Parts: sequence; C-alpha cells; structure tokens
Amino acid sequence: MGVHVKTTVNGDEVEFTCAEDEVLLDVLRNRLGLTGAKEGCGTGDCGACSVILDGRLVCSCLVLGAEMQGKKVETIEGMAVGQKLHPLQQHFIDGAALQCGVCTPGFLMAADALLRKNPNPTEEEIRFGLAGNLCRCTGYDKIVRAVQAAAKEMRG
Amino acid sequence: MSNRHIIHLWGALRPFAGGALSISVEAFTIRELFRKLSELHPGMEPHIKRGVAVSIDGKIYRDQWETPLPPDAEIYLLPRVPGG
Amino acid sequence: MSVDSMNPDLVNKKFKIIGTRPPRPDGIDKVTGRARYGADFTMPGQLIGLVLRSPHAHALIEKIDTSKAEKLLGVKAVITSKDLPDLTGGDRGMFDILENCMARKKALYDGHAIAAVAAVDAATARKALKLIDVKYKVLPHVTDVDEALKPDSPVIHSHVFTEGIEPAPTKPSNWNKRAEYGHGDVDAGFREADVVISRSYKTEQTHQGYIEPHSVSASVSPDGMAEMWVCTQGHFVYRNQCATLLGLDANKLRVTASEIGGGFGGKTHVWAEPLALALSRKANRPVKLTMTRDEVFRCTGPTSSTSVDVKIGAKKDGTITAAYAELRYQGGAFPSNWAEFGAMTSWACYDLKNVKSVSKDAIVNRPKCAAYRAPSAPAAAFAIESTVDEVAKAIGMDPIDFRIKNAAKEGTKSSYGPVYGPIGIGPTLEAAKNHPHMKAPLGKNMGRGMACGFWFNFGGQTCVDVNITPDGNVNVAQGTIDVGGARAAIAMAVAEELGVAYENVRSVVADTSSLGHNDMTDGSRGTFSSSMAAVFAARNAITVLRNRAAKIWEIPVDEVEWKDGAAHAKGTHHGNRTPLSLKEIAAQAGNTGGPMAGHAEITADGAGVSFATHIADVETDPETGRSLVKRYTVIQDAGKALHPSYVEGQYQGGAAQGIGWALNEEYVYGKDGRLQNAGFLDYRIPVCSDLPFIDTQILEIANPHHPYGVRGVGETSIVPPLAALAIAVSNATGVRQTHLPMSPPRVLKSLKSK
Repeated sequence: MGVHVKTTVNGDEVEFTCAEDEVLLDVLRNRLGLTGAKEGCGTGDCGACSVILDGRLVCSCLVLGAEMQGKKVETIEGMAVGQKLHPLQQHFIDGAALQCGVCTPGFLMAADALLRKNPNPTEEEIRFGLAGNLCRCTGYDKIVRAVQAAAKEMRG
Repeated sequence: MSNRHIIHLWGALRPFAGGALSISVEAFTIRELFRKLSELHPGMEPHIKRGVAVSIDGKIYRDQWETPLPPDAEIYLLPRVPGG
Repeated sequence: MSVDSMNPDLVNKKFKIIGTRPPRPDGIDKVTGRARYGADFTMPGQLIGLVLRSPHAHALIEKIDTSKAEKLLGVKAVITSKDLPDLTGGDRGMFDILENCMARKKALYDGHAIAAVAAVDAATARKALKLIDVKYKVLPHVTDVDEALKPDSPVIHSHVFTEGIEPAPTKPSNWNKRAEYGHGDVDAGFREADVVISRSYKTEQTHQGYIEPHSVSASVSPDGMAEMWVCTQGHFVYRNQCATLLGLDANKLRVTASEIGGGFGGKTHVWAEPLALALSRKANRPVKLTMTRDEVFRCTGPTSSTSVDVKIGAKKDGTITAAYAELRYQGGAFPSNWAEFGAMTSWACYDLKNVKSVSKDAIVNRPKCAAYRAPSAPAAAFAIESTVDEVAKAIGMDPIDFRIKNAAKEGTKSSYGPVYGPIGIGPTLEAAKNHPHMKAPLGKNMGRGMACGFWFNFGGQTCVDVNITPDGNVNVAQGTIDVGGARAAIAMAVAEELGVAYENVRSVVADTSSLGHNDMTDGSRGTFSSSMAAVFAARNAITVLRNRAAKIWEIPVDEVEWKDGAAHAKGTHHGNRTPLSLKEIAAQAGNTGGPMAGHAEITADGAGVSFATHIADVETDPETGRSLVKRYTVIQDAGKALHPSYVEGQYQGGAAQGIGWALNEEYVYGKDGRLQNAGFLDYRIPVCSDLPFIDTQILEIANPHHPYGVRGVGETSIVPPLAALAIAVSNATGVRQTHLPMSPPRVLKSLKSK
C-alpha cells in the first residue's frame, strides 16, 4: 500500500510515500512540513491551498500527491529568496493587503502565476486572475493595489 | 446631596417592579444600585447576574461598578449587547 | 482604573507614531507561510479527532452504540454526551452551550454533534465514525422564523415558555422572548402624518465565512493539567468555558491562541474545543480536531434569518412623526436575544418623538446563531433604511437631507432609552452629502443608494504587561487576540508613550497562564481597550523608569521627568545632567532594583457608539437580474485612527461582507430541514472580480473616554451595506427590493411582478 514519489518542491529534490487517494495539500502539510498552503474548503473553491505545479496555478486539494512524480512544485515557502522577499510579498506588507493573513499564501501564489503570464495586467485582469481566491477580511481593495504596485516594480 | 435616583427599566425588568417603567432607588454607585435592586426586587437578581449595562447620561457602563451615580443623572438599565 | 482620571488634553496631542503606517510584526510570517494558524500545530503523539453529526433536522436519539467503533484498531477514545456530564450548576446559558457542543436527548439541527472519536489517523477516525450506530426517531422540524412563531409549529424545547408577554403562557413554544423599546405615542404620531409607509422585509441566514475552519489541539493529563492550541477570538473565555464544561480547574488549563484566520464573531463560541478536551482526557493523549468546511457551515454559528415589519409616518416638511418596527429573528435551536438587539439598534440613528420597536425571538431547527460583526443591526438597518428611503421619495425630499433633518444628535433621546452625549451621525451624513460619489453620473440600468448604520462599542476587561529588556528594548504582552493589526497598534501606543522608536517595541499575544483575564476580541473592543491598557501600562513603566533614574542620580524622583524616551533632571539644581535614555537605565536595572515593568489591569467602559454612512452604485441587468457593484464609499468615525491602513481595512472588509449578504449569500434549507449549500461553491461570497475599489473616508471625532480618542471601528461598517445596496437595486430596477439576498432569480421575480 502507498505510493512512493520523487519530485521537486521549491527547487529541492524530495521523496515521500503517500496513500493513493491522498491529496497534495495533505502531503505538503502533513508529510513535508510545509503548512503555508491552507485547507479552507477541501473542494477547490477557496484557493487557500494554491500552489504552482509545472508553472501552472492549481488548488493542491484537487491534485493527488501521487501525481507529483517527476513534477515541479512551487509553494509559498519558496517565494522569498533567502532574506529577500519577492516584490509581491513586500507590497502585500507595505500596502496592508492582509488582515488575518490566512488567504495570503494562496493569493501570493495566484498573483505570482498571473504576473508570470501577464506582467502588465489591467485592474480587470488582476481581479479576474485572482477570482479563484477567496478573502473575507479585506474586500480585495488593498490586495489589487499591492499586485499593481508589485507589477509596476517588477516591470522596472 | 441626595443619592436617590430614578432608574429607568427595560422591558424584561418591568414585571419585577410591578410593571413600572421606572423606580426610585437610593444608591451612590452602580454596585450599590445593583445590591439595592436585588434587595428590593429579588426577581431582578438573575438578570443582574446574567449581565446588565447601565447608561448614565448616555454613557454605557458594563463593568465599572465603582462608578458613582451623579445627582439628577439620567440612568437606564439595558441588556448587555454582544459583539462580533 | 477609570479613564476619566487620565489627562483629557492628551486627546488632542501631537503624535509622533500614532497615525503613521509602520509594518506589522506578523507581516513577514504571514507572507512567507511561516505563521501558525489553528491547524498548523502538531503535538507529539497526537490523535486525530472527528465528529459524527446528525443527518436529521430534529430527532430523538434513542440509542447510540459505539462498541464497534471502540474495537477498531487505532481508535483510542469514543465519546458521547455521557462523557460530558452537566457541570454547569444550573447555568442555563452554559447548559445550552454544552448541549450545542454535543446533543443529549435530541438532535436539534442537521449537523448537530452526536458522538466523536479520536484515532491514530484521519482515515481510521473516518472508519470509526461509520461504525457508530445511532437509532433516531425523526420528529417534525421547522426552519423558518415566521413558521416557528405559529402556534402549531413543532415545539423544539419543552422547557421554553415565552418571556415578556402577559399573561405568561402555559404551553411551551418556539417563541422564547418578546421585548419592546421606545417612547412616545406612535398611534398619535401616525395620525399626525401626511405620509405613512408600511413594508415587510425578509433576510436569509448568512455565515461569517471566515476562510480558516475551526481547529483545536488539546491535551489533558490525568492530573488535570491541560493545554490547548486553538484559533479563537478570545482564549481566556474559551479557557473559562471549557474548564466549566469539563470540570477542569481553569488555572490548570493553559490556552494558547494561534494566529486566527478570520472570526467576525463566529469564533467567540466553543463547539469543537470541549470535544477535543474530552477525547484527550479519555485517551490520555493529545487530540487535534479540525472542522471541515461542510461542518463550519452546517454546525457552527451563522447569523439570524429575519422577518421585519416597518411603518413610518412623516409630515410633508420631512419630520418623522412616528416610527414602528416588529422584528422577528431566529436564533437557531436554542433561546436567544438576537431580535431584541435588533430592536435596540433599529432606530438609533434618528431623533424621534414617537417610536416603538417590538422584537420576537424564535427557536428553529438550525444551528445556534452566533454574532456576526455587529450582530442583529444589519438586518434591522436594511428594513428601516429602506423604508426611510421610500418615505423620503414619497415626500419628494432628497434622501440625505431627510436623514439630516431627522438625525440623532447630542441631547436626543435614543430609541433604546438613554439620551445621547456627543455623537457622530451628523458629520458622517454631511460628509456623504459633500462626497464626490454623490455627484457622479449614473449610467444605464444603474441605481444609487445611501444608508446609515449604528453600533455599540465595548471596553471590557483588559490587561497588558510592558517589560523592559536588559538591552533597553520593550516587550509587550497583550491578551486581546490580533485579528488584523492590533499588535502593531498596541506597539505603536507603547512606543508613543515611552518616546522610543516603533522598532524597539514588540507586542505578543500571551497565553492564559501568563496574563490576567482578557475579554474576547469582539464588540470592536480589541484595539480600543488594549491600546488603552497599553498606554496605562507604559505610563506605569515610566513611573518605574523615573524612579530608577532618580536612584542613579541620587536625587528625589519628583525632580525627574520623562520626555522623548529619556529621563530628564528638572530644576536649576539638577538641570545640567545629561538625560538618561531608556537603554542606559535598562543597563543599570540590576543594581537599581531589578527588572523593570509596567502593568495595567482595567475595565474599559465608555467606548461610546459608532456611526457610518455608506453610498453604493449598482448596475442591475434587467435580463439576468444580476447586480454589479460599480462604486462604493464608506464614511465612518474612528475617533482617532492609530494605524489608518488598518482602519481602512476594517471599513472595506465590513462593506464587502455586507455586499455579499445583500446580493448573494444565503443558507438554503430543503424541505427535509437539511442545509443544501454547505460549501463555498454554492454559498457564494464576493470574489475579487465582483467588487470595485472601496473608497473610505475616516472621520476623527475624538472619543473623550480614550487617552488617544480612539473609537471601536471593526463592526459598524457591516451595518449600512444591506440597506445601501437594497436601495440602489430598487432605484436601478424601479421595484422596491424587500427580500435579501437580491440574487438574480429573486430580482427577476420582483421585476415580473412590476
């Protein structure tokens, strides 16, 4: 019983054994000690578990750990490089784009995925790009502004 | 200085005062007021224990029972409203 | 300590740090995924706890057979209500909490906890739940508030007899309470009126919708020593309640508050925590219990669904001559007072000669309601403000001018009884009137609505410790949970008082064994009361610092003053001594008396009341019934904004929740009494693409009962949106909207009836 998986997480080679029906979110949180991705719903509706899989934004509660064999997983824990925060992370802090912060890792992943595809998004493109992530505290105002500010800084 | 006050009651307390909208009580502080109310109208005691707020001239007190009751102040007893 | 003893001049003081926007201490942890929320904690040897829940809305529990579950390999404890004896000592409120945590004789709502297991992993726990045999006798149920108030509705509690009606009823019912507020003679007032408008409104049940499900890790040892890690709005209250329910000594139960992923009133109540403790005690191992999203919707504490009748009479010149409301709210499966609180707040914004609000609190087979931001006020404001708008139209008066004419002011007798002191509703209305939003042109299918809201704010029991470290920095221990920046605000207040840099101060939320009791973070009290306590604790520390400087200089302490972060020797006799900085004094703490600290234990009363005015523009598609919010403005009085970004955040967050409540969110119960939409897909909260930027205007009318003039801000912003949006959609469609949420099907139905 159990599936043995070799994969890459945040640039590190990682090996684990998981149940066939175990979702990636539970693998990250319970086996790899990466609790940045959160379970807000378990059904792919809230985006709090968002990670980037082979360059694509996914809900880790909708993907199986067993599917990770040979793939590249990026989580919130890999966003900062050493002590240097990613511009998105810095702007979220500076722009007060988080209150309770539980949705923040998911939003940062989603915003990162968006800006990789579209470095100069309009306000509407940002809002639709982040529509898969729920926030109950902020009303999204400061989140959108922080993404705009980070995008501007990243365009140089 | 008189320490007699008119105390306005909210609906739930009125049956214990014979239906009166307000009663007259002698007390210098909120604490003394609660003690006198329980003595004069024992039916009020469970409500006071459950939690009563006191409005003194529009300012609402819930916990500061040493607060003095100024002469001629407008005093209302109100339920303790929860927050979220 | 009474606030009145503090120097009122400080209310208007020039601040160095207060009012700026420094970064918060938990910011980096939260953007890197390092911050630990409820479910991010692990105890060595922990078991996983899961709960078995009733699939019936109302049923007698005839038998529970847990024997097969107990025998399953890997299961270490199974509990039912037998493991939770009644230790409440006749306290009915606590007994209702106990019964809500786990059903005793009856299942009272779909999702009511029946039993719980603790096993070595989640898979085993799930198998164990399936092995528990429950024999139910299904009973008729009622889930609608007006149905529950009918005399023939199935009675849920046989011990409940309606309070507040004469003569007292002899038969039990689901109507647990009647209350009445008001003054004057409404009948005479209606006779005087030129225009009388009567309307009835309904709002469906909504949930606070915090993204983080409840999670607790509990450990109880046979000697009664216990620990809990939990996401909560009040770890001291959780400790006290759990200790009572479990028969533990409160001082032996050490509760640590995790970071919290949203609460809004929904984490002021225990549900899973006593179960986790009971499982841990039985298994003699730590137990981690995390709710699923389904459980959060089905079995925690949503807010009331309501049915409200309003009648307003006014003269042609715009004076309201009479105002009447009957408010019917359901509080879920236990007696409650939510309708009464709605009655208290309903007319609070207005100066009325004749006013009467009657409340009816009902019991239904739904989960026990908890507070949601400004509990009971939003639904009442929806009904009242919608009718106010209709009356203004009928007279032909501008809606803001109509409100300004009738607005409460200092000296107004409030509709809930007391006369108001200085209050802020006038300024928010004037600010709304002059706001550019009011003059912006409206496009096709668009409508504008404005509405006011009111909420009480509280103080409560609070204590704060300020400790000076040997290297001259400052540690602060607060007991109020930080939901969105309070640690930063408290650190700012301490830095301001001590005259040091914000970076030299760190505030943490202490556990229940390390600090005295602190009330919940609710009632908009978190920053208000803990910043007040922080200021007093810092001033207490300053007394100590001055004493130490006096010792070092060998001069009397009354010749030492504290200014700009240092001790200064006063008077010509001692005037040319170089000031001693906090750092220098700290370096000598060991030989001047030991560690230096300041404390404050207070009850902060006089938090005052808070008013807001909101303006909303919507575009409603007449073919689909869908409404889009195109522009939204919040104007609210904060007294003094310690950290303006966080105050703006509270305004925007409350508005967004109100928008969801008004346009989309509702609990859908089937004929079987079961919740049909217990997930984020079908319980639709606003997403990023649903909302525009939310403009905010912070008014600062200082609260004289706080050293810096702070008012509570967290709740009031959820009160006006339901009304502002209902009025906006009514204007966009030409049909008065009276049933929330204004989901597309409901709006289309209203258009057809036009």
